[in-house]
Amino acid sequence: MKVTLSILRFDPEKDEKPYRKDYEIDVDPSFRILDCLDKVKWDIDGGLAYRRSCSHGICGSDAMMINGKNMLACQVLVHDFKNKYIKIDPIPSLPIIKDLIVDMESFFAKYDVVKPYLIAKSQPPAKERYQSIEDRAVIDEAVNCILCGACSASCPSLWTNDSYLGPAAMLKAYRFVFDSRDDAANERLDVVDSPDGLWRCHTIFNCVEVCPKEINITWHLSQLKKKCAMREF
Amino acid sequence: MIHKHDLIIVGAGLAGLRAAVETSGSADVAVLSKLFPTRSHSGAAQGGIAAALGNEEHDTVEWHIFDSVKGSDYLGDQDAISMMCEEAPDAIYELEHFGVPFSRTNEGKIAQRQFGGHTKEVIDENGNSKRMPVLRACYSADRTGHVLLHTLYEQCIKRNVRFYSEYFILSLIMDEGVCKGVTAFNLRDGQIHTFHAKAVMFGTGGYGRAYRVTSNAYANSGDGVAVAFRAGIPLEDMEFVQFHPTGLYPLGILVTEGARGEGGFLKNKDGERFMKNYAPTVMELAPRDMVTRSIQTEINEGRGIDGRDFVNLDLTHLGEAKLKERLPEITGFAKTYAGIDPVKQPIPILPTAHYSMGGIPTDLYGNVLADEKGAIVKGFFAAGECACIFVHGANRLGNNSLLDAVVHGRRTGKTIVKYLRDAELLPLPKDVEKKDKAMFKKLYATTSGENADKIRVRLKEEMTNKCGVFRNEKDLLSMLDTVHELKEKFKNIHMMHKGIVFNTELMEIIELSNLLEFSDAIVTGALERKECRGAHWRIDHPKRDDVNWLKHTIAFKTDKGIELKYKPVTILNYQPQERKY
Ligand SMILES: Cc1cc2nc3c(=O)[nH]c(=O)nc-3n(C[C@H](O)[C@H](O)[C@H](O)COP(=O)(O)OP(=O)(O)OC[C@H]3O[C@@H](n4cnc5c(N)ncnc54)[C@H](O)[C@@H]3O)c2cc1C
Ligand code: SF4
Ligand code: FES
Repeated sequence: MKVTLSILRFDPEKDEKPYRKDYEIDVDPSFRILDCLDKVKWDIDGGLAYRRSCSHGICGSDAMMINGKNMLACQVLVHDFKNKYIKIDPIPSLPIIKDLIVDMESFFAKYDVVKPYLIAKSQPPAKERYQSIEDRAVIDEAVNCILCGACSASCPSLWTNDSYLGPAAMLKAYRFVFDSRDDAANERLDVVDSPDGLWRCHTIFNCVEVCPKEINITWHLSQLKKKCAMREF
Repeated sequence: MIHKHDLIIVGAGLAGLRAAVETSGSADVAVLSKLFPTRSHSGAAQGGIAAALGNEEHDTVEWHIFDSVKGSDYLGDQDAISMMCEEAPDAIYELEHFGVPFSRTNEGKIAQRQFGGHTKEVIDENGNSKRMPVLRACYSADRTGHVLLHTLYEQCIKRNVRFYSEYFILSLIMDEGVCKGVTAFNLRDGQIHTFHAKAVMFGTGGYGRAYRVTSNAYANSGDGVAVAFRAGIPLEDMEFVQFHPTGLYPLGILVTEGARGEGGFLKNKDGERFMKNYAPTVMELAPRDMVTRSIQTEINEGRGIDGRDFVNLDLTHLGEAKLKERLPEITGFAKTYAGIDPVKQPIPILPTAHYSMGGIPTDLYGNVLADEKGAIVKGFFAAGECACIFVHGANRLGNNSLLDAVVHGRRTGKTIVKYLRDAELLPLPKDVEKKDKAMFKKLYATTSGENADKIRVRLKEEMTNKCGVFRNEKDLLSMLDTVHELKEKFKNIHMMHKGIVFNTELMEIIELSNLLEFSDAIVTGALERKECRGAHWRIDHPKRDDVNWLKHTIAFKTDKGIELKYKPVTILNYQPQERKY
C-alpha cells in the first residue's frame, strides 16, 4: 500500500529553517510508523535523522508529533491511520537538532531537580524493606514512565514558560513522594510547590492524552497539589 | 579531543550502571553510551530476576545452582554459577534498598513467580525425588527490566555520575597488552573523541540484531564484542545464541515467559497442548531451548496455525483481572502490534533471537581474559550480556541474565575499585584515532557502492534461516560463505549522507560492520561444534557429546581468519547428566 510521509526536515549544516518534504513509499499496512521512517532512510535519504531503539514502546526514544499528536513512532501502525497522508514533526517546544531529533537536555535537567531517587533515612534492614500491596499500588502507574517527553512537549503551560518543570518531572516527584519507603517528601514538595511547579499546571490534560503509557499524569499532579495544600494548613 | 577519567564504562544498561554505582564513590568515573542511559535494552526485560529468596515458598540457593547448571546443558562453569546464585539474594535486597518498586506479596515482601527451568525438589508419594517449578523470579508486573534500569539510573544521578550520552564507541586503545582507553564518536558533533583512562569496562549488551526475527533493540548490534575482537581480544562460546520460544508473530517482539509462568498454554493448529509430547513433567515451563525446538518442530511439521509459521500462546483461561495485574505490558503489545485481545484470543508466536550467551571472556571477577589459558588483559573489564563469564553455558535460564548483569556489574565494580588503587594513567600510544579517522575519511569520500541495507537484510535473513534454531553443516558452510562475501561487499560500501551532525547512517554502517565481524565467529564456532548442546542444535549431530565437546570455544581473530581454541569447563558438584524435564 502507498503512504505519504510528510516529514519536517532540518539539517543544521544546510538549512536556515525547517521545511516540509513529502515521501511516497510502498509499505505493508502492519508497518509501524518507525518502519516507514526506516524505509525512507534506507531507500531514499540516509540522512533522515531520528532516535529509536527498542521498537516496541519501552525505551522512550522515538516520541514525535504524528498528525499533530505526540506519540511513539514504534507504537502506531500504518493501518491505524485512515488518511494515508501522514504528517511527522519533532515533538514541539524543544530545540530541533536535526530532523526529528530534539535537544532533550532541559527535559532531563528538570528531572534531576526533583531528586529522582529514593531517600530513606533509616538504615536498610538485612532483607527487603516491606511494602504492602496497597502501598505499592499507589505508585504503580507512576513507575511506568519511560521519559519519552511526549507529555511535557505537549503542555501549553510549558510552551509559554520554559522554566516550568512540566508533567514528566513532577510525575517523578510523585513517584517518590508517594513511595511508602521514602522519607524526603518535604524536600521534593519544596521543589514542586512553587510558581514554576505544580501551580502552573492548569489541568489542560494534553499530557494525559498523549502519554504512550496511558498514565493519568494530571491525576498524579492533583494528588501532589493536595499534599502541598495539606502541608500548608 | 581527549577526555581523561580514572574509569570509562562503556554501556549504560544494568551491568554498566551497576558498576558505575559501585565505583563512583572512590573514582572519577564516566559512563559512555550510544543511547541515553534509560533507553538501554535492559529496560525491555519483562519477566523477572532470579534469586532464591524463598519469599513465596521454600527455596534454596543450592537448587538455583543446580537448575542453572542443568539449564546450561552442563557447559556453565560451576564455580561461576555458584558465586552468582549465592550473591543473588543480597544483590536483590540491595536493589530494593535503592528503590526498585518490586511487586509485593501479601506480607509486603518482594513477590516471586515461576519461570522456566527454575525448580524445587519434591519427594513424591513413592519416595522418589522430582523437580517441580518454583516461585523464584522477583518481578515488577511485566516491567522488571524497566524498573531496575530506571532505579539504577536514579542512583547514578544521586551519585553525580558523569554521562557521555550518544557517544558511539569505535575502538579499544590497547598498548602492549594494556588497555588505556577507547575512542568514540559523538553523534551530535560528529567528531572522534579519545577517552584516556586507567581502566575500561564494557557493558555493551547483546548481539541479537544479527537475526531477522529478534526481540532485541536496534542498538543490540554487538558493538562492544566486535570492537574487542578487532583489538585482539578473543570471543568465547559465540555459537550459543538463545532463541526465545515466544516472539510475537511476525516481528519477534518478546512475549515474556512470565505468560507461561502465570499458566499460559502453547497450542498447535489442532488445539493440542503439544508440550506434553516433549516435556511431560514441566510442560510449558521447560527451559527455553526445549520449548523453542518444540515450537519449531511443530511449525516445521505443518502443525503451525493454518499450517503457517506460528503457534498459539493461549492466555484466555487466565481471565482479564490476572492479565491486567500480572501481564499488562504484553497485553498491550498484543493489542498494538497484532490487533489481538489476549483476554479473548490466543497470541500468535514464533521463536525469536533473544540472548547472547557468548561474548568477551572474563574471569569470575570481571577481568577480561586474553587467551584460553586464563591470562588477564590489564585494565580491561566486562560484565553483562557482552561478557561471557560462563554462567549461562549453552543455554541461559530465564531471569538469570538480569541477575548476571547486576551481580557481575557489582562484582566487576569492586574489582575495578581495587585495581584503581595502584593503577596509573599510562601515556597513550601515538595516533590512537588514526584507524577511525581513515575509516571516516573513506566513508565520507564514497560516491557510489554497495547499499548497507541490502547487506544487512541478507545477513539477518540468512542467519535466521541457516544459523538459527536448527543447524546443519551444509547450511552453516553456506552461511560462512555469505558472511565472507558480505564482508567483501562491505569494503565497497556507500554512505549516502555526508552530514556531520547526527549522521545516523554512519552509525548504522559501523553497526553493520560489527554485525559482520562477530557473525563470522558465531558461524565458525557453530560449524565446528559437532553436537547438540543447549541452544546449539545440529540436526546432523543429534546428540550431546561430552567426550569431545564438553568445552568452551575460544575464537581468535587472526590474519588468516578465525582460529578456534578450546578450554575445559569447570565442574564441581554436578556431573553431566542427560537433560530431561
Ligand atoms: C525483550 C527482552 C526481555 C528480556 N527479559 C528478561 C527477563 O525477564 N529476565 C532476565 O533475566 N533477562 C531478560 N532479558 C535479558 C536481559 O534483559 C539482558 O541480558 C540484560 O538486560 C543485558 O544488560 P546489559 O547491561 O548487559 O546490556 P544493555 O542493557 O543492552 O545495555 C547495553 C548498553 O551499551 C550501550 N552500547 C552498546 N553499543 C555501544 C556503542 N557502540 N557505543 C556506546 N555504547 C554502546 C548501549 O547504549 C546500552 O547503554 C531480556 C532481554 C530482552 C531482549
Ligand atoms: S509521563 Fe508518559 S508521556 Fe510523559 S515522559 Fe512519562 S511516559 Fe512519556
Ligand atoms: S523505539 Fe523504543 S519507544 Fe519507540
